[in-house]
Amino acid sequence: MAKIELTQNTFIKNALRSRYPQLAVFVVMLMGYIFAILAGLIGTPVGSHNFSIVFVWIAWWAILILVAVPFFGRGWCAVCPIPLPGEWLQRGAVLAPPDKKPQWLNRRWPRAFRNIWLQNLSFLLLALFSSVLLTTPRVTGIVLAGMLFAAIGLSMVFERRSFCRYLCPVGGFIGIYSQTAPLELRIKDKQVCVTCEGKPCYNGSAVGYGCPWDVFPGGLTKNTYCGLCMECIRTCPHDNIAVNIRPFSADLAKPGARLDEAFKAFIMLGSALIYAGVLLGPWGALKAAAYNVGTSAWFLYAGAFLAIIFIVLPSLFAICTAHFENRNVFKKHFATLSTALIPLGLMFWVAFSLSFVLTNASYIFASLSDPLGVGWNLFGTANLAWQPMLTSVLAPGQTLALVGGLIWSGRTAQKAANETKTSPLLVILYCFVLTIVMLWLLI
Amino acid sequence: MRRSELLSRVLITAGIIVAIGMPLLFWRSTPLIHARRADTGGWSPDVIQAEVDKPLHVRLTSDDVRHGFAVGQMDMQPVDIEPGKVTGVTVTFDQPGIYTFFCTRWCGVNHWRMRGTIEVTGPATTSETVPTTPLYVTLGIDIDAPHESPILPMAQPSAVRGQQLAGDPAMGQFINQDVYRSNTPYQIFEALDSTRLSDSEKWDMVAYIWQSNTTSESLADGNGLYSQNCAACHGEKGAGDGVFADDIAKAGEAAMESMSGSTEMAMQTPADFTDAKRMLGASPALLEGKILRGGMGTGMPMWGSIFTEGQIWDLIAYLYSFQFEYQK
Repeated sequence: MAKIELTQNTFIKNALRSRYPQLAVFVVMLMGYIFAILAGLIGTPVGSHNFSIVFVWIAWWAILILVAVPFFGRGWCAVCPIPLPGEWLQRGAVLAPPDKKPQWLNRRWPRAFRNIWLQNLSFLLLALFSSVLLTTPRVTGIVLAGMLFAAIGLSMVFERRSFCRYLCPVGGFIGIYSQTAPLELRIKDKQVCVTCEGKPCYNGSAVGYGCPWDVFPGGLTKNTYCGLCMECIRTCPHDNIAVNIRPFSADLAKPGARLDEAFKAFIMLGSALIYAGVLLGPWGALKAAAYNVGTSAWFLYAGAFLAIIFIVLPSLFAICTAHFENRNVFKKHFATLSTALIPLGLMFWVAFSLSFVLTNASYIFASLSDPLGVGWNLFGTANLAWQPMLTSVLAPGQTLALVGGLIWSGRTAQKAANETKTSPLLVILYCFVLTIVMLWLLI
Repeated sequence: MRRSELLSRVLITAGIIVAIGMPLLFWRSTPLIHARRADTGGWSPDVIQAEVDKPLHVRLTSDDVRHGFAVGQMDMQPVDIEPGKVTGVTVTFDQPGIYTFFCTRWCGVNHWRMRGTIEVTGPATTSETVPTTPLYVTLGIDIDAPHESPILPMAQPSAVRGQQLAGDPAMGQFINQDVYRSNTPYQIFEALDSTRLSDSEKWDMVAYIWQSNTTSESLADGNGLYSQNCAACHGEKGAGDGVFADDIAKAGEAAMESMSGSTEMAMQTPADFTDAKRMLGASPALLEGKILRGGMGTGMPMWGSIFTEGQIWDLIAYLYSFQFEYQK
């Protein structure tokens, strides 16, 4: 399937170029984000009746993992309000182009951390406490506030959106999964970028800012680190930036070979498996261990969590890559072949999320009318009883997602194996076994 | 500064102010009484002010599990408080004083600790009732002293069988509220020595006397009070094996350890009302004292501020039904 350039449409191009539509969405999102923090801190501690839990971990998560990531890649990053206040501080302006020296320290992000290891770490930090985070409004409020203030703080020290690019626990996995999405931002003609003077898309100009994501659009070959902020569409003097619709998983045909990204794939795959067991499984002791942070049972759980992600899954995968004679070759093969785990992990998350989202979606209506759990009934839906939704399609939907994910990862493994010039069979077998485990856990 | 830039800044600032200010404003204008399990805070606030004859509207919510709300010494139906939902209730007081509100749902091992007070001020609108001295005080009963029956029946005493033996007019002296409340079943058993009845017949007679000093309505009321307030610890069948009994025993062990071996104030397992030695040696007056005052560190709460006098006597009448077979 050929690409379709959306920006050929004048209306779409103008809407993306203009800062106002994005600003309007940003303001609404920021209000919702702040309200979620406040609801977490002052609203009812009962998670199922608190806006912060219901709208962040049910509504937002459903939209993110079931719609935004699979279909729009980093579409969420394009409207996420977290960088807005920090960016205003950093630039000293909301809209006005940079006609003066950048504010604050404006330092480069340290070279040693120009990867997603810190994002892996920040995700794991939240993941280990997820049973508490997903059910306790106050903790959710504190974490949301922490992310907002971290983004503001980093904006004052480092240039561009350092928090989004290197620290955001959500941005990391959105990035690797965005490679599967049928939407991309790319240049139209490479030669135009080569001859372009000043590279305003990266360095900024009188009409806009240099790429907030620290990416040179001229070199974009994957979605991973492009935040779809559309700044380069505004700054490119040659109208050389396009937003395209493309086939699913186009980026995975060109597998990367970075270990930080490979381990992100293991973290996401392992987390989906563990959550399916802990949050949806019938094992009460496991749930209690995950919830009772600080107890010896929780330390055991945390140890097992980390061991599965960093030892068990990668070790088994390493056996499947089957090249140990040369360290560098092994690393390259390991990272390249792990690309197959990206569609598999995404579909694991889709299958897992379908379960708890459909089970708990009815809380959204009650919470809409009484977001703080203080007895309001704004839209007359506060007393709607909890009821699982679409239960008849849940198991077939999950099975379809998992089997589809397996086929998708098999195809990706074949392409990756072409790069490494090895057989994809063991990797496909690895994906097959994990899919069977996930099917057993979910259905 | 360009107008669009200024507008954008105003828009963002206004958005932030609205997102923070509006919920805070509405939140402050809808105060709630929060119910949490006692070990995580109990009622908050736990002191409420009210005025005589002025309806007190309270809005209650639970922060954890299902709780209940009722005010002691008041004729009101308890209301349930669901987690994350708000329940409204209105109470009107006709007497000034300090009232106790309490949880009516078995919310945890420390359920009975979930109590708060309502301070009601203003002039009384009905004639004030003069508090009476509890009978156990009048009789000078040491309610902490052992009170065991030295003789026990071979089989469960039956009021039905006792009634068949109750032809003697002399029995009339025992169908008397003062006699019943002041004496233990064992004391009445001994007082029946002058009759020609066998021991088992005497116990049947005691059961009959106990039933004759109450009514089926009182027993039903006592049953309801027991199920709601006592069974969590003492068990549905009165055997001291309620759902929280084990937890209370564990808490008692922990308390003993923390008190360096002192067992004086340790929590105890709940009283077993099916234990004949205990119950046949206890007079209604003694049980009144136990209920009114509580167990002083044993884990038995004081109910004096919650039950009315009539409710306490009904409850006591019901407690003896664990010993005596009453006529249905």
